Amino acid sequence: MEFPEDLRYSKEHEWVLVEGNVATVGITDYAQEQLGEIVYVELPEVGEKVSKDDAFGVVESVKTVSDVYAPVSGSVIEVNDDLPGNPELLNDDPYGDGWMLKIEMSDPDELEDLMTSEEYERYVAELKE
Amino acid sequence: MTTGTDLALARSPLHERHLALGARFIPFAGWEMPLQYRSVAEEHLAVRRAAGLFDVSHMGEIVLSGRGALATVQHLTTNNAERLTPLQAQYSLLCRPTGGVIDDLLVYRLEADEYLLCVNAANTGKDLSWVQEHALAGTQVQDRSQQYALLALQGPRATEILTRLSRAEMARVPRYGCIRMTLVGIPVLCSRTGYTGEDGWEVFCSWHDAPRLWDSLLESGEDLGLLPAGLAARDTLRIEAALPLYGHELDEETSPIEAGLGWAVRCEKSHFVGREILCEQKSRSLARKLVVLLLTEPGIPRQGYTIVKDGRHVGVVTSGCKSPVLGTGIGLGYVASAEAKEGNPVHVVIRNRLVPATIKGRPLARRDC
Repeated sequence: MEFPEDLRYSKEHEWVLVEGNVATVGITDYAQEQLGEIVYVELPEVGEKVSKDDAFGVVESVKTVSDVYAPVSGSVIEVNDDLPGNPELLNDDPYGDGWMLKIEMSDPDELEDLMTSEEYERYVAELKE
Repeated sequence: MTTGTDLALARSPLHERHLALGARFIPFAGWEMPLQYRSVAEEHLAVRRAAGLFDVSHMGEIVLSGRGALATVQHLTTNNAERLTPLQAQYSLLCRPTGGVIDDLLVYRLEADEYLLCVNAANTGKDLSWVQEHALAGTQVQDRSQQYALLALQGPRATEILTRLSRAEMARVPRYGCIRMTLVGIPVLCSRTGYTGEDGWEVFCSWHDAPRLWDSLLESGEDLGLLPAGLAARDTLRIEAALPLYGHELDEETSPIEAGLGWAVRCEKSHFVGREILCEQKSRSLARKLVVLLLTEPGIPRQGYTIVKDGRHVGVVTSGCKSPVLGTGIGLGYVASAEAKEGNPVHVVIRNRLVPATIKGRPLARRDC
């Protein structure tokens, strides 16, 4: 299981890549593994405002429906348009082609609440016990 | 997201086989069963085009024997078991006096005075108590669920695959007919039944013979495109075929008549539990009906979602999935009878969004005879 070092992680198993004031968000390798085969993805519209810890989208797998939570607050400036037609990208490449959206952060201090790669790996190891 | 494994889950005799095949598991009715081995679409399409092999050993088996066995089956089930000759099966229902469904099941006549009830795993305990409490004199009731394993070989090539392992003329066995035989040295009961909308077989064998039978069947069908298939594909297949699943389309508050199962409620029988209400329902029009839903925009209908028409609540979704064949959301649900018309445009409410859907009067796929 992968835990790329350049990302930050939420307890709800989203990852964040920070570039300037923009956060790219997706779900982690652990999340896609737990969800199983993903068959449907719902994303917000560009321009929508999202608040930290609020659901911004939905991922449905063969066995369950899960909300996806915003790890930071801000405005959606881009969504991955390839995803709705190819939800399997979330399984195949969660940190790459399976990215979900880009948020222009309104409060970059919120990043402090997220975990480092090392912390998240430990967090996942505890969940598995 | 929740994680963790429930250690109390029962395991099928094929658990090691599923592990070796790389299955992903899911807790189902107290059992840890294979959800899928590869993608659901691959397994689903294998069943529609060639064949799939399912482990359904979690199903319950209750055997009724003795001079009172037929009378007990007739008393408790809605279909007419008197019409069964030995080695024939029929779909039937156990109902409460209110007409609500305790379980749906297959009734097999094994011998002149021996009947096998194959029931849903989630209901085995409840069914067993109900049958024991209401068995008539001269009936022995036994739970054989831990002795029988059950493999379902389903798809257009299923009969050919079984025939390769036997000397019997499997193709001559009619739908709902059974044959007792030996497959690769293993005594089995093969019944031409299934739950996928395809031709196929359900093969009962003893618990300890199941792994060897599983291996032999997979090997026999490999070159024909046979794949092991899990509960996920079983669900998408049965939804396409509009076959009800207990806990979704059927429960103790649901009438089998509303579910379109009136054909399995035989009012020529002078008595069975639930007869008064069910036969009265059969003689009049009903408030709601089970229909197939086809979503015309992206989304997946799920159990409990509301169905609306022109802003009015007209029904509720009972099952749904993404159809591996169509690539769109499909489902089953109950709607007001007036709306149960082929082609009727409605909406399914998915997370406060209205997603357009079309009502289909017939299954999207069903080729069994």
